[in-house]
Amino acid sequence: MLNQNLPFMILATLSVFSALMVVLSRKPVHSVLYLIFCFFTIGGHYLLLNAQFLFAVHIIVYAGAIMVLFLFTLMFINLNKELEPHKSNLVKAAATIVAGTLLLVMVSTVTDTGNIFPTQVSQNEVGTVAVLGKKLYGDYVLPFELTSILLLAAMVGAVMIGKKNTES
Amino acid sequence: MEFIIVKFVLVVVVFLVSLGIAAYSTYAERKIAAFLQDRVGPDRAGPFGLLQPVADGVKMFMKEEIIPTHADKGLFILGPSIMMMTACMTGVVIPWGSTLIINGTEYPVQITDLNIGILYIFGVVSIGVYGIMIGGWASNNKYSLMGAIRASSQMISYELAMGMAIIALVMTTGTLSIGEIVKQQQGMHWNVFVQPLGFVLFIVCAFAECNRTPFDLPECETELVGGYHTEYSSMKLGFYLFAEYINMFISSAIIASLYFGGYNFPFIDQLGLPHNVLTLLGTLIFFGKVFFFIFFFMWVRWTLPRFRYDQLMHVGWRVMIPLALFNILLTAVIVLWQNGQFN
Repeated sequence: MLNQNLPFMILATLSVFSALMVVLSRKPVHSVLYLIFCFFTIGGHYLLLNAQFLFAVHIIVYAGAIMVLFLFTLMFINLNKELEPHKSNLVKAAATIVAGTLLLVMVSTVTDTGNIFPTQVSQNEVGTVAVLGKKLYGDYVLPFELTSILLLAAMVGAVMIGKKNTES
Repeated sequence: MEFIIVKFVLVVVVFLVSLGIAAYSTYAERKIAAFLQDRVGPDRAGPFGLLQPVADGVKMFMKEEIIPTHADKGLFILGPSIMMMTACMTGVVIPWGSTLIINGTEYPVQITDLNIGILYIFGVVSIGVYGIMIGGWASNNKYSLMGAIRASSQMISYELAMGMAIIALVMTTGTLSIGEIVKQQQGMHWNVFVQPLGFVLFIVCAFAECNRTPFDLPECETELVGGYHTEYSSMKLGFYLFAEYINMFISSAIIASLYFGGYNFPFIDQLGLPHNVLTLLGTLIFFGKVFFFIFFFMWVRWTLPRFRYDQLMHVGWRVMIPLALFNILLTAVIVLWQNGQFN
């Protein structure tokens, strides 16, 4: 039992550790790097679930593209101690309560799930490219297309906001 | 157990061959530069200067190691390590040859044929940019930071076009596994004839992803001293430079396998040779193709001048991406037409 769960246990420990380090690191760049590492460990969980396509896309999109942009922005604005924004105690208290409530919800969900160890999933084929593609373009073609239109609208909106205002 | 031993041997061989070829690419680069500029090139160490890479390696190891006092030490070391690691990781999905039959068992000359092989390569390439970004930022130097930022924006921009060029290829081949793509190109059915535009887009993006001239703005000497590796010395600098040559070798191998038939060559079935001999011949021919593309990389470097930064972005976003989209559309229409959807 332990042997089967060993990869999961190692990955889970690393995920939790790196996620904590994102919050605890003093330098913003270190936080971002820990977040990238965290994405890799989550990618590892996808592999354990035999979702190879999801793993690859997760690494390419999150670790490879979005986090590069994060790092990019952080390098540009070069945050340091003097410029660090200080929040009032009220905001801190509110943030703690909100985060605590979220934690409560998540813990209750996990305890309801029962067995959290993925022991039998390595036989399923859901995560492979062929099966996923057939599902996406067969059963779920309408939501898929709607999502792509939504993304396109978001992209156009981003370009519009980013454009220089020539009138004023 | 036998499986692990076979794979282990393959991994070690691929690793050593990559390093050896990268080392001798530095020598080839200097010889080709010399030839194109009507000079002699390195000729002191050994016959024809053949021991020059060894001498360079020893020099890199012996040099003093300097870490700037204001640098972020951990990240300063992490930068070149990531660069070297990602450069060596891509070799595992490339089919270096067909299969070898030893004692009746068939062994593929490929470390692993992932069914998401192409996506794996994309993943590794997209991580590779962190090596430059982290190194450039950790140096705490304005020129390094400029180089790092240029590198990341360039890689993001060209990754898009590269991905779209590959999408068109995947539409015609119908698979993401590189081993399968190579198998389909048996004889002279090379993908370059099916996807000429895709191939041109892919090779241009490969140049940009390897930071080779005319896209070597991250290390543009005239503006940025040494670019992202300005503060690096000794073997850490060596790792950065070496990783570039490994990347070039791997890119050549990917181009050769995706578009130029990999280990396939014309009249492969008419020769009537035993299977193992054909496999070895195929591997040799594959390396011939790879060497041609490495030469092509160098040829372009010593022929074309460097782009300006705004030109680079212009080409990336306004020429490459629309062309790649057009290529996808065209491929889709042709694939549908061949399947008889329009009748």
